[in-house]
Amino acid sequence: MTIQKKEQDIIDEFSIYDDWMDKYEYIIELGKELPIIAEEFKTDNRLIKGCQSRVWLHADLEDGKMLFSADSDAIITKGIIALLIRVLNNEKPEDIAKSDLKFIKEIGLQEHLSPTRSNGLVSMIKKMKMESLKKLS
Amino acid sequence: MEKVAFNVQEIRKEFPFINRKVNGKKLIYFDNGATSQKPQRVIDRLTNFYTNENANIHRGVHTLSQEATSAYEESRINIQQYIGAKHSHEIIFTKGTTDSINLVAFSFGEHLKEGDEVMISAMEHHSNIVPWQMLCERKGCRLRVIPMSQAGELLLDEYNNLLSSKTKLVAVTHISNALGTINDVKTIIEKAHQVGAKVLIDGAQSIQHTKVDVEALDCDFYAFSGHKLFGPTGVGVLYGKEELLNDMSPYQGGGDMISEVSFERTTYNTLPHKFEAGTPHIAGGIGLGEAFHFLNSLDIDQVEAYEKELLDYATMRLKKIEGIKFYGEAKNKTSVISFLVEGTHPYDVGTLLDKMGIAVRTGHHCTQPIMNFYNIPGTIRVSFALYNTKEEIDLLITALDRIIPMLKD
Repeated sequence: MTIQKKEQDIIDEFSIYDDWMDKYEYIIELGKELPIIAEEFKTDNRLIKGCQSRVWLHADLEDGKMLFSADSDAIITKGIIALLIRVLNNEKPEDIAKSDLKFIKEIGLQEHLSPTRSNGLVSMIKKMKMESLKKLS
Repeated sequence: MEKVAFNVQEIRKEFPFINRKVNGKKLIYFDNGATSQKPQRVIDRLTNFYTNENANIHRGVHTLSQEATSAYEESRINIQQYIGAKHSHEIIFTKGTTDSINLVAFSFGEHLKEGDEVMISAMEHHSNIVPWQMLCERKGCRLRVIPMSQAGELLLDEYNNLLSSKTKLVAVTHISNALGTINDVKTIIEKAHQVGAKVLIDGAQSIQHTKVDVEALDCDFYAFSGHKLFGPTGVGVLYGKEELLNDMSPYQGGGDMISEVSFERTTYNTLPHKFEAGTPHIAGGIGLGEAFHFLNSLDIDQVEAYEKELLDYATMRLKKIEGIKFYGEAKNKTSVISFLVEGTHPYDVGTLLDKMGIAVRTGHHCTQPIMNFYNIPGTIRVSFALYNTKEEIDLLITALDRIIPMLKD
């Protein structure tokens, strides 16, 4: 499945929620699912320091596809990370590097990428792309 | 000036922001520690300046420049009178508290020598830490820190022990932005003076909540921002005792701060202009004067009593939330409540409250050493101002009752 297809699936899923409360309840549920990074990978060198919430990211390349795992101490951030991983995992590094991830805006979560939020998400997306570029070189 | 009895509904009418909606809900603004909302008269004053009076100050013979200069200098006098300074030239306009502290760190800091000590406290805002660290690095001085208790009160016995003839400057906050603690600055100042040290008080969180009289305090410097006391952003004040300011060299050169300039030598202007290089925030300074008119129309003791009522009411209601923990439980505190709820992250709580139209601050509040002291990533902070109400606090509680079960496992 392409990145665009997976993004569209998420947009469709979110379209059933009229009200922000239901939407956030869903994101929080996603965030509450099992840890999405192995505990031994939650090290300082994998920590993206946000002002408000902390994000850990680990990236691997397997059979030419990227495999990400990540975590955050804030549950909403973690829920959004779960969506990002769903979209970008098992994709080729070059596809990840050029993805625009517009589903975030489409499902109304753009505010979480604003610089005042300082939740580490913007840095995480940047790092996902950087790690992909690194694997290309 | 005649003071009217405090009535929150009347006060609210002066603040147009109360009509603002956020995410479809009536805005409840509980982030007053970060900045305050503005009364219509301050907004009008700024508009009127740019509409009818705009000119540069201290340099034109034309009418407009003279009017702007008078308005700016009148504002300085308003502020002088309100905070009880002896002279209006002891009021230096700056960009804000941070700028005021940096001015002292650079200009007064030039007097310091290797081995001298600068003392701050464990509950300072980064703005009252970093300029002193920079000074200590430049001059080879030592930074000492007055410790605090778990309740968030400074340990004054420890302070006494730290003071010595090496102490040249003590810089402490009047009221903690993260904990709400009101420090006994009068005692701190007295003790410092006994060893010959000068004292700077960070008043960023004070004048909007309580009476400040710099002469009664006998502080050497007092720094504050306009925007936290209902004035514009980008303008603030450094109060300094005349003899100290006269003895300090300016650290920024430019227009307005000079007496004579030649390529060989420049002589400086007198106080306060010596420290006000370049065209200042003229509209801001005038708007700040208007904010002081607003403050002057109130009985600040009544404001303080009302805010204490809000603090006690909110604390009482919040206490009933399961798993809540307060940070900052000083006996003497202002209307700031920092807390965490077990099993939830402040970012998540702040995000969901915003969805409900309630503005709070989450994070470390530019006081990372305090967060390290309690070993927490940050807190949720609600900070009240004179226009907040108990009904708004009730809505906060209702919102938290809805949010917390969503976030907990």
